[in-house]
Amino acid sequence: MVKVEYKTVQTVTNVLLFLNGVKEASYGELAEIELDDGRRLNGQVLSTNEEVTVLQVFGETSGMDTKNTKVKFSGTTFKFPVSDEIVGRVFDGMGRPRDDGAPVYSDDKRDINGSPINPYAREEPSEFIQTGISAIDGMNTLVRGQKLPIFSGSGLAHNKLAAQIVEQSKVLSKKENFYIVFGGIGINSEDANFFMGQFKNSGAMDRSVVFLNLAAEPSMERIILPRLALTAAEYLAFDKGAHVIVILLDMTNYCEALREISAARDEVPGRRGYPGYMYSDLASIFERAGKIKGKVGSITQIPVLTMPSDDITHPIPDLTGYITEGQIVISRSLDKVGIYPSIDVLVSLSRLMNQGIGKDQTREDHKSLSDQLYAAYAQGKQVRSLIEIVGEDALSDSDKKYLKFADEFERRFINQDFSENRKINETLDIGWDLLSILDKSEMKRIKPELIEKYGKWK
Amino acid sequence: MGGRIVSVSGSVIIADDLENAKMNDIILVGDNGLIGEIIKMDGSRAIAQVYEDTSGLRLGEKVINTGNPLSVELAPGLIGSIFDGVQRPLDLIMKKEGVFIKSGIKMNAIDRTKKWHFKPKANADDDVEAGQEIGEVKESSLVKHKILVPPGSKGKIKKIADEGDYTVEDVIAVLEDNGKKTEIKMLTKWPVRVSRPVKEKLPPMIPLLTGQRVIDTFFPVAMGGSAAIPGPFGAGKTVISHQLAKWSDADIIVYCGAGERGNEMTEILTTFPELKDQKSGKPLMDRTVLIANTSNMPVAAREASVYTAVTIAEYYRDMGYNVALMADSTSRWAEALREISGRLEEMPGEEGYPAYLARRIGEFYERAGMVKLPGGKTGSVTVIGAVSPAGGDISEPVSQSTLRVVRVFWALDAALANARHFPSINWLNSYSLYTDNLDQWYRKNIDNDWPDLREKMMSLLQKEAEINEIAQLVGYDALPEKDKLVLDVAKIIREDYLQQNAFDDIDTYSSTNKEHIMLEIIQLLYSTEEKMMDQGVTLDKIDNKDIKQLIARIRYTKEDEVSSLSKDIENKIARIGKKGALHGKS
Repeated sequence: MVKVEYKTVQTVTNVLLFLNGVKEASYGELAEIELDDGRRLNGQVLSTNEEVTVLQVFGETSGMDTKNTKVKFSGTTFKFPVSDEIVGRVFDGMGRPRDDGAPVYSDDKRDINGSPINPYAREEPSEFIQTGISAIDGMNTLVRGQKLPIFSGSGLAHNKLAAQIVEQSKVLSKKENFYIVFGGIGINSEDANFFMGQFKNSGAMDRSVVFLNLAAEPSMERIILPRLALTAAEYLAFDKGAHVIVILLDMTNYCEALREISAARDEVPGRRGYPGYMYSDLASIFERAGKIKGKVGSITQIPVLTMPSDDITHPIPDLTGYITEGQIVISRSLDKVGIYPSIDVLVSLSRLMNQGIGKDQTREDHKSLSDQLYAAYAQGKQVRSLIEIVGEDALSDSDKKYLKFADEFERRFINQDFSENRKINETLDIGWDLLSILDKSEMKRIKPELIEKYGKWK
Repeated sequence: MGGRIVSVSGSVIIADDLENAKMNDIILVGDNGLIGEIIKMDGSRAIAQVYEDTSGLRLGEKVINTGNPLSVELAPGLIGSIFDGVQRPLDLIMKKEGVFIKSGIKMNAIDRTKKWHFKPKANADDDVEAGQEIGEVKESSLVKHKILVPPGSKGKIKKIADEGDYTVEDVIAVLEDNGKKTEIKMLTKWPVRVSRPVKEKLPPMIPLLTGQRVIDTFFPVAMGGSAAIPGPFGAGKTVISHQLAKWSDADIIVYCGAGERGNEMTEILTTFPELKDQKSGKPLMDRTVLIANTSNMPVAAREASVYTAVTIAEYYRDMGYNVALMADSTSRWAEALREISGRLEEMPGEEGYPAYLARRIGEFYERAGMVKLPGGKTGSVTVIGAVSPAGGDISEPVSQSTLRVVRVFWALDAALANARHFPSINWLNSYSLYTDNLDQWYRKNIDNDWPDLREKMMSLLQKEAEINEIAQLVGYDALPEKDKLVLDVAKIIREDYLQQNAFDDIDTYSSTNKEHIMLEIIQLLYSTEEKMMDQGVTLDKIDNKDIKQLIARIRYTKEDEVSSLSKDIENKIARIGKKGALHGKS
């Protein structure tokens, strides 16, 4: 079939191209745009009718005119070729190699949007992943197939935390087929270098697929990048039977790009100018985590986002939190007093924790111990805010103990070294140690048998 | 001659030259025949929302009008099934098409080949009216599926099938009315956007008992009533919705996951067949219908999913069952409305939601109700909607429009959830407008003192909040002894009564009997200690540690052991009361 070349460009903006009189375009179809100077760019159909077809342009529209620009439709949606060759490679936001390697050729080309997993076909994620980080393992346990984002703020140590999770969770699953898919979305080159360095030093690069779109590169590619990453992850997990951890950093940049297109299309904006469909759009990314009945592999997603002005009610963390199975929240105030990882466990949550802990997975006391630690820490923090008003002297004995508990909990439980890989038993034992600061009679969340068995009261 | 596509934008398409196109007709779009619904007419053009992924749809592809509105199939076989938003059976789709959902799949909601054992319940020559039972099929271990004369039909039974096995498409009865014959099959259809007719709505007078202490005691919902659960993410909306689906004493549960997580539906699918119904001991799945249109499934089908769910609920209501419908989350449904409205370029109302948002929400909750059925029976649909307000702030349009129409408000509180106080229903902000209606039932079926006890407990909790404010200024030590006592007892109510562990085998469900015992004991402790204070005993002199620990154990105690434990506690309270009396005299 001979492809028609259109020269009917009507309007060009910095992200969109409007084309007149296209008869054959289909929704979501990929198109090739050729500029007068011979430069070629890709575009994707956002809407089409008899008068006008709107293309989203990947790349710089500078230099594009309405007279000489040519557009050819490819007849297919955006696809990414998958094969074993993608492992160990670094791609850009359009899936082109950005290392020195050759392009990947494969007959197996996958639509990057994937298809929704049939809810009936899902298997409930329930396998414990030991990250070696107490605030996560003990309080907000991660399980295989979960989507658990890190909510951070600018300047906080989310990169270190993400790297540590990748590094340490790997060890537990050494014997199994295990891969990391890393998607760097609009990150700066220093962050990119940090991760690449980590992967190379730990030897993880041989088990990784990396997609990078740097801060100075076209923002429209940020829309494509997470979908490429997940297409690669789905191939490895559900075709190759591997356990895949997908890190997407920073989803805030993704949402900004989404807003940019929406604004360019004059859409009715939702909260703070983000499009009304941002929830569904984010869901089409995050819901690609999981396990499937009858298949060995799994996709665990750890998206990282920076909350604008640390505001958890901002649309980006807000909508994310409604889709993901919990969140790990990094706190500026803990970071300031030198706690690493500065995870605020009270606002953090793992919705799938209960499935991944207990007798057969971690230890029988895990659930009630963490409940008690939560309650005690919440109480301790409340007392801490009380002193600001009434002073420490006015505290009752029990309040003083809670105050001490909260301090120790942050110093000994949450705080750990970047290279410290705590076993789950160690994490739980520290928890019991800390509880013994309080009176035994305050242990309302724990059954007496467990207190007898694991308690450290003298 | 069919129509053709002239525009595609996301889930909205425009078709031209479509024959006999009418508002809300179902159309088949494109070469794959994707399901769509006409939502606007403009001259010869029909604008439609498409219930499947539209990627790859091309201008000029054909469009066919079915001429029918969006309808659900109603027949034995619904119970225990899982459907998507437009009632396609997800279990069968997986068997046929694999684990990913592709566009263009066509499949009947109800199996046409399966045979059901039909027992006639009416005789030839009987005069029957719409809604009257003419037969019965055992659909699951818990549900007897009543075969009713469909709405709009009546007459004399000319023929009725003998007891035996029939498919849903076999004719099981023939009616004659003024010479007009109507064949009745087990399979009927009903348009989802139209509520099934009712003779009369009755005032809801019976509580839907949920086994959740904070709900059953303080903020009960009535059978046939409506309730909303707004809360920020992580506050436990889904856990509460699941708890209600598990333990509420409805006969049928319809659970609609609209735009929520896939794994949540999986959790229901894995746990419900294992869990046992409180009354009968049969698997919970045997009374449950699931509608799953998860967040990554097409957005228009999400809009349809709540209507599919409520229509199925009404169908079982008409058989005389008490049905509870959980819709999680109505906000995602509202967002689907917003998205489609945006694509239609309608003038937006608040926060981009369409101007008809409040009306749609009102219409949906209005489909709840306790209704009178032919033959003096009743049936009910209770609608419980989760709301996910942006940023947890309920001043937004979906929460506000919902609160205007529902009568129970369970306010989920992030601060409580962060301290792992679950269910995180804030006792100071929540309300139930049914308590007055239901008091009569509680008095008659549990104890005459129930309303009184409830009010006493609530006033202690309210006093606690006031005293805490004072304590923040003057310090705890400076408080009067009686205020300290209120704090002490309120803490028991909060920690040992309001809190409930959904993941503990025993605590997950509390009978009203157990609740009543707990309330009485807490009240007894409070009144005893209060008396002791009147005699001059201070709080730190009251040795109630042991008693408090025992009270904390009640929630983890099996139903049949509760009364002996409570006797034990009562004796201990009496003993300290006596000691107090001595102390006071000395």
